[in-house]
Amino acid sequence: MWIAATTPLSLAGCEERLSAVHPAGPAAADIATLWWVMLAGATAIFLFVMALLVLAFRRGPAPVSAAAETRRERFWIMGLGLGFTFPVLAALLAYGLVVGERLHTRPGPEVVTVRAEGRQWAWSFAYADAPGRMTEGILHIPAGRQVDVAITSADVIHSFWVPRLAGKLDAIPGHVNVLRIEAWAPGDYAGVSAEYNGTAYLGHGFTVRAHDAAGWATFLAGDAP
Amino acid sequence: MNALRRHRLLTRIWSSEPGWKGWFTTVNHSDLGRMFLFVAVLFFMIGGILAMLIRAQLATPRSAFLGPDVYNQVFTMHGTIMMFLFAIPLFEGIAVYLLPKLLGTRDLAFPRLTAYGFWCYVLGGSLLLFSLVAGIAPDSGWFMYPPLSSRAASPGINTDFWLLGITFVEISAICAAVEITVTVLRYRAPGMSLSRMPIFAWYALVTAVMILTGFPPLILGSILLELERAFDMPFFVTERGGDSLLWQHLFWLFGHPEVYIIFLPAAGVISTILPVMARTTLLGYGWVVAAAVALGVLSFGLWVHHMFTTGIPHMGLAFFSAASTLVAVPTAVQVFAWIGTLWKGSPRLTLPMLWILAFFATFVIGGLTGVMVAVVPFNWQAHDTHFIVAHLHYVLVGGFVFPMLAALYYWMPHVTGRKRFFKLGETAFWLIAIGFHVTFLAVHWAGLLGQRRRIHTYDPGQGWEWINLIASIGGFVTAIGFALVVLDVVVNAAVAVRGSRNPWRAGTLDWAMPTPPAAYNFASLPLVASREPVHDDPDLPARLARGEGYLGDPARNRRESLIVDIATGEPAQLVVFPANTALPFVMAFVTGGIFLGMLLKAYWLVPLAALGVAALVARWVWSLGSTREEGPQAVGRGLALPLAAESPDPPGWWGSLFLLLANGTLFGSLLFGYAFLWTVAPGWPPAAYPEPGLEDALLLLGGVSLSVAGIRLADGALRRGSGAWIGLLLGLAGAGATGLAAATLLLGTSHDAHAYDATVWVVGGYVLFHAALTGGMTLFLGARAAAGYVTGRRLGEARILRLWTDYTAAVALLGLGAAWLPGLAM
Repeated sequence: MWIAATTPLSLAGCEERLSAVHPAGPAAADIATLWWVMLAGATAIFLFVMALLVLAFRRGPAPVSAAAETRRERFWIMGLGLGFTFPVLAALLAYGLVVGERLHTRPGPEVVTVRAEGRQWAWSFAYADAPGRMTEGILHIPAGRQVDVAITSADVIHSFWVPRLAGKLDAIPGHVNVLRIEAWAPGDYAGVSAEYNGTAYLGHGFTVRAHDAAGWATFLAGDAP
Repeated sequence: MNALRRHRLLTRIWSSEPGWKGWFTTVNHSDLGRMFLFVAVLFFMIGGILAMLIRAQLATPRSAFLGPDVYNQVFTMHGTIMMFLFAIPLFEGIAVYLLPKLLGTRDLAFPRLTAYGFWCYVLGGSLLLFSLVAGIAPDSGWFMYPPLSSRAASPGINTDFWLLGITFVEISAICAAVEITVTVLRYRAPGMSLSRMPIFAWYALVTAVMILTGFPPLILGSILLELERAFDMPFFVTERGGDSLLWQHLFWLFGHPEVYIIFLPAAGVISTILPVMARTTLLGYGWVVAAAVALGVLSFGLWVHHMFTTGIPHMGLAFFSAASTLVAVPTAVQVFAWIGTLWKGSPRLTLPMLWILAFFATFVIGGLTGVMVAVVPFNWQAHDTHFIVAHLHYVLVGGFVFPMLAALYYWMPHVTGRKRFFKLGETAFWLIAIGFHVTFLAVHWAGLLGQRRRIHTYDPGQGWEWINLIASIGGFVTAIGFALVVLDVVVNAAVAVRGSRNPWRAGTLDWAMPTPPAAYNFASLPLVASREPVHDDPDLPARLARGEGYLGDPARNRRESLIVDIATGEPAQLVVFPANTALPFVMAFVTGGIFLGMLLKAYWLVPLAALGVAALVARWVWSLGSTREEGPQAVGRGLALPLAAESPDPPGWWGSLFLLLANGTLFGSLLFGYAFLWTVAPGWPPAAYPEPGLEDALLLLGGVSLSVAGIRLADGALRRGSGAWIGLLLGLAGAGATGLAAATLLLGTSHDAHAYDATVWVVGGYVLFHAALTGGMTLFLGARAAAGYVTGRRLGEARILRLWTDYTAAVALLGLGAAWLPGLAM
């Protein structure tokens, strides 16, 4: 009942419906944090480079000699070009790999498995815990549990993207890609296809409906929750 | 002879035909460079209008201005035009116009090839333009991912326009790349060793080699997709053993190097202009060259970062993420070398300098967001959103368009011979620089709020309205700025006052000539002793005009220049260039028949046009060389050099070598595709393989050995002065047997049953084509020898044939071997 009440609220008008920086699950939260850290770092580096550039115009001509040239090469190219860039990039790469490792899907007893199939221009979903059960346009998941979505396509390439829960993964004909999602709280989360797929690309969306434990049990039992 | 009389004689030799006829018969690099630039700017304006349509549509939510069908054509064509019909041709135009002048020579290595490339560009571009005007333009996105672009999902002719038009245009990129590579390596002023080359030449060389190795995967992909659409060969159809991911790999194998193919020339421009504006020399020349080469190499290792969301294995993601962040290192080296150069000198705030500063502010942001999207988890969120749209515009506009505007204002006095009088350019600068950042800075945020790329409209209430409205306003301000630049150029070219020679006091040879430049560039060729010859000797331009350099005497009444040793720049050969001819234009036109036949499904036209091209190529090559032995000729300053045609490695040999590099990359991509389908595609292995009989294997091995031995026998006989007949006949028989082996493979395989069969068909067809080509070239060489063009002292053409024969032998063994391997192994 409460879902029926909140659906219009969460789907209509809400600014962060598709926002990657308003996470509602652990994967999206990790990535949002990554983004804010990178934004801060990038801003600092940008200001640093601009300051160097402005300072170049406020100085007189520098001394001309072979020794001065060597000194300059050592400072600008080996010092800043290599010495500054390498550690920054290495740190960022390491951070990215750590986050990537956490997002990596690993089988576990608690993991719920569902299947998503995209086609022009609809999504259908199937459930390992409820064989034979299919839903169109709405993917049901339990809140607070890890869900592996096995994604594929029936025709052209699509992409399964629920920005507030996780990043996107493509639906490719003949291939099955697995994406892990998790919603912290029950509710509806907007999803869209994020790979251009023709005329009706704009409206090619779906909803992820996260249930509390009772609602999930009801769903699996075959009753409309 | 005084300078004026020399000028008149040289002008008569080098100038194009007067009037409209000159446009179609000119082979002069200054003319063709200007023509390339003009057409590229025209396409930029068309692409810009499309961009304004996009911004008009997205300015407000639920806009009914463009429907999805039109919008899809508009964004597809905007990307396609900007990448293929503007950015690459603009680089070609700049290189064609500038390189010979920077290198101190009189023309590019293959003047007629320049013209042929130009006309292929114009005709292929016209094909795409026609589709746009007719409302049947490509609409599957500039990346053309199948199965969306396959026949089932895109039955119309739209996609064919893209595949065929772009491939037609790519001919010009390959031509220009061969041209640039050979020119930089061999056509320089005497004394210009590699370490004395102007920095732009290094960048052009790296870019050209990247085009030769980066474009063939796309050309192959386009051929495969067109074959699938036309003849139902299922390369990308999952149900029949194909895989749509193969296209993505081929496309991005091209597409990522493409980004650096666009950026490197711009970096070359900055490395050239920035030191002049700072009244100093480039800091760390060697480091910058190394960084450019490193970028070129690394850029081939990160194509997968466009495919992070396609389900690449975990370890692969880590590797490509590392490679994608690593590529920022050589970029940073260049950026800091440039800033260090500014610190070293005393920079002037001229208009080119303003554009370079705009480059820094924009490109650094684009580079930083580029590093962000190289981090896989973030990429999963940002991919295919407007964050990427913003990032790529920061990189491409900041990293290419702004430096090109710096180049425009830096070299405009060179092209027009005038100095700027009306100062519209400064106003335009502020409009564009501010308008651009207003448009794209906020668009990053729209992407993070979930606005996908390529949606034709959106609902209100998602926080996107203000961002899009502001972006659209900024877009129109930018467009007004660009219109002002065009106006500025037109006005100043037409009515400004005559300028002084070398207004920026630069040290490179492009300024050691009167402006606008004469058709022959240099009245005599300089002897170079440093990277900045004009600074060494401010009187150099006058001395060259007085004929004090090499080749100052036009008495032989033909277009002459010098070929130098690659490393040292020692003069090695005297080269004679072909004169004006309509042959390139006619050949491009006939080449168009191949593409038109495919497009209109009038398949009879394709072999007909191909035969026409072959006949024209024969006509083209026949006009080279001479039946008369000239021996060493005086080239001035007491030096005598042999003619290129009488040297063992004439320009054609070098051209063939680099054309074969591109060709070999295409073949390598084909084998990559074969292996990829085999290992990754679902639906493998196929139901049946062709099983080669002993006679097939013998045919192949015999054919290959005969052709390889035959050309060597002919070569030896020519050297000894005896008849080459036996060798050439053996070579011909060898080519025939090789072709027969390929033909039997084709006859035993269905072309459309499975992706395996389709691939075997392409491999077999490729070998058959090359066998026919080698056979034709062997016949041609026989005719040339009989007519007295090829002798013991003029062996160049025999050596060229040897190169092609060996290449054909190698691809026959590799290709047919790979096709037969499963049948042999089972």
